[in-house]
Formats: sequence, structure tokens, C-alpha cells
Amino acid sequence: MRPIIHVENLSKQYQIGAREAYYETLRESLMKALSGKKNRAPEEFIWALRGVSFDAMPGDVIGIIGRNGAGKSTLLKILSRITEPTTGRIDLYGRVGSLLEVGTGFHPELTGRENILLNGAILGMRRAEILRKFDEIVAFAEVEKFIDTPVKRYSSGMYLRLAFAVAAFLESEILLVDEVLAVGDASFQKKCLGKMRDVSHSGRTVFFVSHNMAAVEGLCNRCLFIKEGQLAGDGSPHELITKYVAAEAVPENAARDLTLHPGRPGGMTGLMRRVSMRSQSGIAASAIRMGEGISIQVDFSGTRRFRPNINFTIKNYFGVPVFSISTRVQKRFQTEEAITAGTLICHLRDLPLLQGNYLVDIYLGEEYANLDIVYDAISFEVLPADVFDSGQVPTTHDGTIFWPAEIELIPAGEAVSSPSASRA
Amino acid sequence: MSAPAIVSDGVSGLALPEKPLITITPSRGWVALDLSDIWAHRELLYFLTWRDIKIRYKQTALGAIWALIQPLFPMLIFTLFFGRLAKMPSDGIPYSVFAYAALLPWTYFASAVGNSSTSVIGSSNLITRVYFPRMIIPAAAVMAALVDFAIAFVLLGALMAWHRIPPTVSTLMLLPLIALVTLLSLGFGLLLAGLTVKYRDLRYALPFLIQLWMFATPVIYPASLVPAKWRWVLSLNPMTGVIEGFRSALFARPFAWNSLAFSAVFTLAMLVFAAYIFRRQERFFADLI
Repeated sequence: MRPIIHVENLSKQYQIGAREAYYETLRESLMKALSGKKNRAPEEFIWALRGVSFDAMPGDVIGIIGRNGAGKSTLLKILSRITEPTTGRIDLYGRVGSLLEVGTGFHPELTGRENILLNGAILGMRRAEILRKFDEIVAFAEVEKFIDTPVKRYSSGMYLRLAFAVAAFLESEILLVDEVLAVGDASFQKKCLGKMRDVSHSGRTVFFVSHNMAAVEGLCNRCLFIKEGQLAGDGSPHELITKYVAAEAVPENAARDLTLHPGRPGGMTGLMRRVSMRSQSGIAASAIRMGEGISIQVDFSGTRRFRPNINFTIKNYFGVPVFSISTRVQKRFQTEEAITAGTLICHLRDLPLLQGNYLVDIYLGEEYANLDIVYDAISFEVLPADVFDSGQVPTTHDGTIFWPAEIELIPAGEAVSSPSASRA
Repeated sequence: MSAPAIVSDGVSGLALPEKPLITITPSRGWVALDLSDIWAHRELLYFLTWRDIKIRYKQTALGAIWALIQPLFPMLIFTLFFGRLAKMPSDGIPYSVFAYAALLPWTYFASAVGNSSTSVIGSSNLITRVYFPRMIIPAAAVMAALVDFAIAFVLLGALMAWHRIPPTVSTLMLLPLIALVTLLSLGFGLLLAGLTVKYRDLRYALPFLIQLWMFATPVIYPASLVPAKWRWVLSLNPMTGVIEGFRSALFARPFAWNSLAFSAVFTLAMLVFAAYIFRRQERFFADLI
């Protein structure tokens, strides 16, 4: 198959501060012209994108991941011809539809009907095409009753549904979508993801920028990882998201010196020296994805010999304990010899923690007494993941942890043999 | 736990063209106008014009009446002060019609240039989010002003009927004249829309300059007021040919072909120049806005 997009050595340079105050006043320009001086401040440039090359095939759904400012949106803006590249070349073998924001050009005073027409035209649809799909768009947005009401009277949910609906019916062979799923409620997001799946199944190519790793993983068959304007990876979403999450976690946050930690209550020995964390794959990390594991390592050294026992309490960000690991309770290891110094590593596998930040309290001591305590010794972040393979991510509104389950349905008529029936 | 939900199963009902539809490369210096691209987006011009008008009339209490008030009120004031009190000559035509016949195209020109000059910075949400030929934005602003012009034109018909000034064959000249003032507005509009992105203070200077320009144009006085040997200076103003042309067409008087020809040549030159300048600046719009 031939690529539908060919991107070669694409770069984009911005002048620093260009986006804020690049424009000058006429007076400044006149003064410059009159004085004949080019008294420009020494120009500083940054590369928002540098040397990016890739090909995309028809039917590819490509997730673009990277931290804020990495160049993801710049790439989409160049692909959609909003801004020009500084160097490089792109060949597009299909029409491009871009959805960089839901409701571009929507006007609050106009009715739903009028906005559909206007927005469709702005997104590059023909009038005849919009009219042909009008009913489908309205049905998708579920705004039939309000189609002749100005959109300023719409609820935010209706507004978003309508805005997305127009774009969802774009017929371009290439669709660029930037972070539009960050808005809207769960059912709306589900609908959008479903629509985007349909789009890709029809053989069209979708570029999808999102910070929602679960959505990227659920939707995309390929991923581009952009780091500081450069293509740091091009491959399977699972592999690259793991790589991204590891790279994203600031290494400094993955370890903490405990000798002077503010979370240590008075009267403690200062036995614990350092705490550090590693992801399941063994890299220093302060962030994991839902369902992944983390190892917490504590280095200690003291003057007196003792048989170490340790307790970790994992708390959510409100300080509520979610669970604890204690060698006193679990009896998972026994030391024969009393020692003065060493390292304890706790491997927490397949954590069912929901997305969010978690704090760790650490208690180190002997069988019956704690010798050292550090509250909030270190924190880690759990990032959303599509743990149930459904395109949906459980949120902290759903509880404290996530748990897989099998659910059976027994329709009422056939429930004769069920235990509850014997009660009658 | 998380296998990709979509496997590219090689569905390709799409036949890809042999050559790329679009090639994106950095542009340098002067760029082609790419009129075919503008033609492909002509429906957007219609929709943006329609939006401008619709919103304006929805948001204002008086709606379409504004289009009448804009040339009408200055006409009443000028008729009172210049026509009645200062006894300004008006080539034998009732001063009110004389003034309105000029205020009508002038108001069109002034609001078309004024609106289109700020149209690009006013459309930042479109420019940073979606591609289309940017020239459509100032062009839509000019078109919206043309609709106002059409509404205000009705009043001119009424005034002429009231003063029993019948239409003649010369009146047909209005059509090319309207086309001329539209293109001239578009020329200035394109130039200023692009420049305003870079020089924001133009926004404040422009209304003032247009005001001054009106007095340099025979709107409230006849061109015949200027001594014959200085009349050529007046003709260097491209709006002189348009305004005088309007009066000639409406009042069946001889056309001043010299100043009209100058206006036409100036308009074409201006339009081409402005379009190239606009295209040159266009590529920075999304980064500057």
C-alpha cells in the first residue's frame, strides 16, 4: 500500500516570545526605518519541531503523544496548513479535515441549524454535502428539539455534541483531531471514540492528539512519540505509551533523600536514608499506568543492630489510606541476623489503583517498635489506562480502586431455578 | 490487558491519487495568488458574509435600520449645515440628494475598509484552528458592507422619487461603479488587514484617517468647487472618480472620464499589489495572532 501522507524532515522554528508580542507598533517600525538601525534584540529561536519524518497509510489511526510543548499541536497545525513549516516537505494524497477544537467558528447568537451550516463550511464541507448529512448530524448530536434555538441557550453538553457531530461527518480522507475528547461527559466521549473508530474502519487516516493515554491506546494502531520537537518513537501504542510514561516521570521525583525529610515526626532515629521507586520494567519512575506495578526501595543505616520490619501505607491524595503492606502482618520475610544497614525493596505488582496521586508513609522498626517513621515520604502518580479494554477509563468518582468483574444477567422469566425463586 | 483495539486490516476502499493533492513546503518571498484555491472555497465566502450580517442584525436592536442610519444621519446634518446654512453649491441638485448620492458609496467604502482591516485579527479563532485561503476573511467583510449598501440604496431611490429625479440610461453606469468601489475597498481592505496583524495601532489610526479622507473627497462639496487648474490634484484620490461617477450616473450628467479612468487603473494596481502583500504576510498570521 502506498502512504497517504509522506512527511520528510519537517521542522518549525519559532522566535522566542513570538506568539505573545511579536507584532510591533507602527511607531517602532517607523523609528527603525528612519534611524536606519536594525536594533533588534538578539534573536532567539526555538525549534518547536525538528527533523520529523514519517509515512502514514490509509486506515492508520495514529496517536501523537508527548508532554505539553513537545510539538504535537505544531505538527497538526502544519499538517492542516494553518502554519507553514520552516523546513521540510509534506505530500498529502488526500483531503485534510482538521478538528483542532470543537466548534471552531460557532457563534452563540446563531441557532443550531445555522451553526451546522457555518461550521461545516469552515471545516471545508460543501453546502450540498452538509444539507445531505444534516439530519444525521442532528441525530448524532441529539439536539432535534433545539435545532432552531440559538446555541447560547444550549447546555455545555449539547453544545459539545453538536460541535463534534459536524466534524464527525467530515468526508476528508485524513482527519486531524486535537484533544477534543478532553471535554464532555463519559457517554459523549464514548460516542466520539466510537465515531472515530468507524472513520478509521472506512480506510481513512486519523491523527489523534491526546493526553488521555487510555483513549490513545484504545483507539490507535500506531503511535508517534514526540519529545522536544523530535520524533522519539514510532510504533505500537502500548510500547510507546509505556516509554512516554517513563520519560514523563521526572527522575528527581523517583527518589528522595530521607535524612532531613520534613515528614519525620520528632524523636525518630533517622534510620532511613533514601527512598526510591522503579516501574515494573525496572526504570526509575514516579509515575505508572493503572494496572501496572511499582517497586519502592528504602535504604537504611544505623548504629545499632536490629531485625528490620517495615510497613508501607499507600494513601490517596486526600490522605486516606488505601492499603498497607506490613512485614509484621504479612510475615513475608524473616531475617535471621540482626543488621545495622541494608536495603528493603517492596514490589507492588498490578496495582488496582485509580488514576491520581498517591503518597507513601514508611515505618521501619523491630518486631514490636518503630524506630523510624516518615510520613508522605514519597509520592507517585497513577496515569489513566484502558484497563478493561473498553475505551473507557474508570475515574476516582467510581471509587478508590478498580476491580475487574464478570457480570451475569438472568432475565426474569428464566429465573425459576435461581435461589431467590424458592422463597416464594 | 491493552492490545490495540483497532488492527489496520488493510481496508482501503480509497484509491489514492498518483500525485499528491497538496504539497506543503516552506514558502519564500512572493507567493502565487492561488485563485483556484479561493474559488474552491467560494461557499465559505458566502457563509462568512451571511454570518457577519446575521450576527450584526441579531445583536442590535435596530438591526437592518443601522444600514440606513449610517449614511442618513450624516446626510441630514450636512444638509442642515452645508446645504441650508452655508449654502454649499450642489450643481443645481437638491443638496440632500446630492449629499446622499455620495455618502452612500462613501459609507460603503469606509465601512468595507474599516471592517476588513480588523477582520483578520478578529478571526484569530478561525485562523489558528482551520485552514482556508485567508483572503476570504477581508473579502467577506467587504461583502457584508455591500449588503448594507444595498439596503441603504433603497432610501436613495425614495429620495430621488421624492425630488422627481428620473432614472436614465446613465443610471446603468452604477453597476460598474459599484464593482469599482467594491474592488477598491477590497484592495485597501486586504492591504490593511494584513498590516494590522503586524501593526496593531493601525486599528486606531484608520477610522481617523478615513474621516480625513472623506473631506479630501468631493462628498459634501462638488468637484466643481475646486478651481479647474487644481482639479487634477483631486483626481489623484481614487475615490473622487467613484463619487463623482455616482453623481453623474444618478443625475444624468457627463462623466469625468479622466478621474474615472484613473480610479479604475489605481484600483486594479492596488488590488494586485494588496493581494500579493497579503499572500506574503498570510503565512505568519497563525503564528502572530
